[in-house]
Amino acid sequence: MNATSATVRRNTDEEVGLWVFLATEVLFFSVLLFGYVVTRIHHPQAFALASKHTDIVLGSVNTAVLLTSSLTIALSSVSLEMGRRRAALWLLPATLVLGATFLALKFLEYAHDIHEQLVPLPWLHFSLSGPDVAGERLFFYMYFVMTGAHAVHLIVGLALVAAMIVKVARNENPDHSCGAVELTGLYWHLVDIVWIFLYPMLYLISRT
Amino acid sequence: MTSLSAAEAASATAPAMPAPAAASSYLDEGFNLWSWLTTKDHKRIAILYAVSITAFFFLGGAAATLIRLELATPQGDIVSAETYNKIFTAHGVIMVWFFLIPSIPATLGNFLLPLMIGARDLAFPRLNLLSWYLYVAGALFTVGMLIAGGVDTGWTFYTPFSTMFSSTYVVYALAGVFVVGFSSILTGLNFIVTTHRLRTAGLTWFRLPLFVWAIYATSLILVLATPVLAMTLVLLALERLFGIGIFDPALGGDPLLFQHLFWFYSHPAVYIMVLPAMGVASEVITCFARKPVFGYRMMAYAIVAIASIGFLVWGHHMFVSGQSMYAGMTFSLLSYLVAIPSAIKVFNWTATLYKGSITFDAPMLYLLGFVGLFMVGGMTGLFLASLAADVHLTDTYFVVAHFHYIMVGGSVMAYLGGIHYWWPKVTGRLYPESWARFAAILIFAGFNMTFFPQYLLGVAGMPRRYHQYAPEFQLLNVLSSAGAAILALGYLLPLVYLSWSLMRGKRAPPNPWNAAGLEWQTASPPPPHNFDSPPAPPRKPYDYDPTRPEALPGSAAAAQT
Amino acid sequence: MNILLPPTSAASAFAGKVDALLWTMTAVTGFVAVSIITLMVLFSVRYRRAATVDRRIGPATIGVGNHWLEITWICVPLAIFVAFYVWGARLYFDYENPPLAPLEIDIVAKQWMWKLEQPNGRREINELHVPRGRPVKLVLSSQDVIHSFYVPAFRVKRDVVPGRFAILWFTPTVTGRYHLFCAEYCGTNHSEMGGDIVVMEPQAYSRWLEHGAVQPTLAQRGAALYRQLGCSGCHTPGSAIHAPDLDNLYGRTVPLSNGSFVKVDEQYVRDSIVQPSRDVAAGYRDEMPSFAGRVSEEDLLELVAYIKSMAPAQAPEGAGSP
Repeated sequence: MNATSATVRRNTDEEVGLWVFLATEVLFFSVLLFGYVVTRIHHPQAFALASKHTDIVLGSVNTAVLLTSSLTIALSSVSLEMGRRRAALWLLPATLVLGATFLALKFLEYAHDIHEQLVPLPWLHFSLSGPDVAGERLFFYMYFVMTGAHAVHLIVGLALVAAMIVKVARNENPDHSCGAVELTGLYWHLVDIVWIFLYPMLYLISRT
Repeated sequence: MTSLSAAEAASATAPAMPAPAAASSYLDEGFNLWSWLTTKDHKRIAILYAVSITAFFFLGGAAATLIRLELATPQGDIVSAETYNKIFTAHGVIMVWFFLIPSIPATLGNFLLPLMIGARDLAFPRLNLLSWYLYVAGALFTVGMLIAGGVDTGWTFYTPFSTMFSSTYVVYALAGVFVVGFSSILTGLNFIVTTHRLRTAGLTWFRLPLFVWAIYATSLILVLATPVLAMTLVLLALERLFGIGIFDPALGGDPLLFQHLFWFYSHPAVYIMVLPAMGVASEVITCFARKPVFGYRMMAYAIVAIASIGFLVWGHHMFVSGQSMYAGMTFSLLSYLVAIPSAIKVFNWTATLYKGSITFDAPMLYLLGFVGLFMVGGMTGLFLASLAADVHLTDTYFVVAHFHYIMVGGSVMAYLGGIHYWWPKVTGRLYPESWARFAAILIFAGFNMTFFPQYLLGVAGMPRRYHQYAPEFQLLNVLSSAGAAILALGYLLPLVYLSWSLMRGKRAPPNPWNAAGLEWQTASPPPPHNFDSPPAPPRKPYDYDPTRPEALPGSAAAAQT
Repeated sequence: MNILLPPTSAASAFAGKVDALLWTMTAVTGFVAVSIITLMVLFSVRYRRAATVDRRIGPATIGVGNHWLEITWICVPLAIFVAFYVWGARLYFDYENPPLAPLEIDIVAKQWMWKLEQPNGRREINELHVPRGRPVKLVLSSQDVIHSFYVPAFRVKRDVVPGRFAILWFTPTVTGRYHLFCAEYCGTNHSEMGGDIVVMEPQAYSRWLEHGAVQPTLAQRGAALYRQLGCSGCHTPGSAIHAPDLDNLYGRTVPLSNGSFVKVDEQYVRDSIVQPSRDVAAGYRDEMPSFAGRVSEEDLLELVAYIKSMAPAQAPEGAGSP
């Protein structure tokens, strides 16, 4: 990378800052994971029963979509480092599209959940029954809170990727853009990694 | 003759200096409110914090005054039970989140960290200003809610009371604290990046002042613990708003889950409150004993050990909650272990005095008081760490006394000492020494009179958060309330004489204390960019020589060559 | 104790042991605190600026670092702390394990009172009569928020968390009247949620017990509930639903369907009623309905008492014992 020492230095400050920020995000999500695990220990069968009502097809497709988007953003970062701006200018939009696809499928899934009356709010009818309905409601409570928090972070990621597209397209400061895209990629990977925990916990455990 | 009075003498007899050509301080960069509210200068942001924190301190103190007034008699006769519960909740919320957690880091830390490492500013100056705005917005909002209707859950928000039974403004308070939490996180992030990346050439980790180590370790806790609180508060709010959640047994949830999540943050939080104070202690005690700190490396390792082990002890708040006996045993052992590095620090500060050349300026009085009171508070922590003893002592005034000894006798005294010590650097003025010493002694006396009786009340079995109490507890309560009056007077004094010194205090030279540390190698107050030329890092930290107390640190080497 | 301190003399076996620990800790920490403060004062006086005294720091003096000294003042406190830890943990272990055949009292905590029931059914509000010299075991539950049962004179305290039972035991050793406080903030009248523990000589206690208004015992009321709720429909031999036989079950250790074992105690019986799917007995299907929301805390105490009474060898002594 052809960079002046000042540019490299500033990017590296921001890189350290971003890693610290990612650590805070890990701690933030770990509360939800811990809460899920403990509640599951209290309601093992209810969680198993309720999780069968998640949409394994949409969930799995979304996982593939998100993993691919991590690939495209990583490739865009590498392309910029090699000076190949044009490659980045289709890889970044591809990331954006894949991310948006994830969101669209997620909202579709939410629509299904609402239609099937799986939303555990007290004033709505909850369609599941069984020996431990409270536990089943809690499963879906955690499902909505965890995927909701994830979606919020994904939306922020989309905004960042969009900003990166503009930045790279304008090409005003190539060395700075290179670093910025890398940092955006790191954030995107975190969002991906969170999903990699959510997916098996919410969709797969009772389907072995 | 103390070093301060020597400085006063020097500035009194020095010939009148011609008006300096271009040397303006950071205070001269704009005099209107806008210049302050849009500043990116870490020094100005530190002052913004200092002013806001002081306001919240006195607000929390007003709540404390009402508490001690009510508790002077066994009956609940000044306020209703409901109001009392709102008052002690406000006292806790304001003092913990809007005063103690930001206090030393956001004021002294913000001002001094770049100076101490020879940098121009923090790594992310605009983020620093954002931190302040988040703090003020969240704190003002919460305090508004506390006044408008109040919250009666205690600052600990235990479920299911806070989610299902309290009829007060809980969600608003949670929202305000959530916002302030982000202020903490961003400040911590800023400090970590700054310490790693912006140290001046030659300033390796083991040449750093211990204050920097302390602020760094505090920042690690800020960024790792606060997010846990943030998400826990979100879950609490969701449960209260939507009537579904994982903390209420009526819904299938678990109240102890809340307690674990809450204390996972709130125990490290107390180390956020005390580590910076320890950093100040190492700066002040070495300066006024004219001696390097005893065992520098051990002191640095102890700071890191406190921060790390501090994450592993949260369950000691839950010994009688119904958690597993084996969990209790684990947390008890770890709680004893975390006391070891704190003990090391107390021993090392004491050993620093040995063969020193000691003067008793106000900062030194405050920090010597800090060491003693922190030690007493820490030792009573040993009682609470013991499972069998904690069964009797938990949820009583023993705990209240314990944490006030550390947070008020410890952190607040260190904060005041630090304010006095760096006052000349920050403001360019000298404070009136006699008044300051008097206030320090008054505060020390008032503090002990307020809180020592509370240990005895706890052993006797008086529970905490009690609006009315059994009559046999009255004598000790009256003593405590009387002490609180003295303490309040002591706290008001600096407000008066420090404000006076801003307008009428003598001008301060760059280094009135002949102190070590890069912050003293620039003008008082510093120019906006901190240093006119990059400062030379010391050969070693705290390079004092007690046999030559009036000399500048580091000059011993020059004298010997 | 002097006049400054309210009376806090130990009135239970456990309290005496806790006090020994507390006094020892006070003596040790007091000694260290006084020593440190003395040293600080001594150094402050001897090495004050005006004093002419030898301040040279040579290799022979302690100076600015001394490894042996530092190692000593790490190891000695560590040893002391570990000693305190072990002492406290062992005492705590005894505290958590009630002896066999205690007198059992069932207690429901609610905002803002304590409702207590003696074994023969006699009820008290905010007051508990117990005989001296006999272990007393409290089974506590909360109807609403977290409370905490605290008797300073006995040095015992236990949070009462809704949704589960709490067990607390003590052996009173001195007759008298002692404070009972709620020690976990529980809302507006938290500070009024207290009362007294009245320790009587055993004969006086028996007389008191018999003279009070007696109702059907907990176990008897539990039997009625058991039929009323339909438990006997499944839990009888010969029923169409294959459900575990509850006769002589309480106190035994049983295998679960997940391979582990559990002791049938108050908490397990309670969980089986409100969360039957949680720990299903081995060899049985997960088909028991949950009674959560249909039974109150008092109902649960009654059902537990009844199921205990079905295993007389394991159950504690009931009413009327001397």
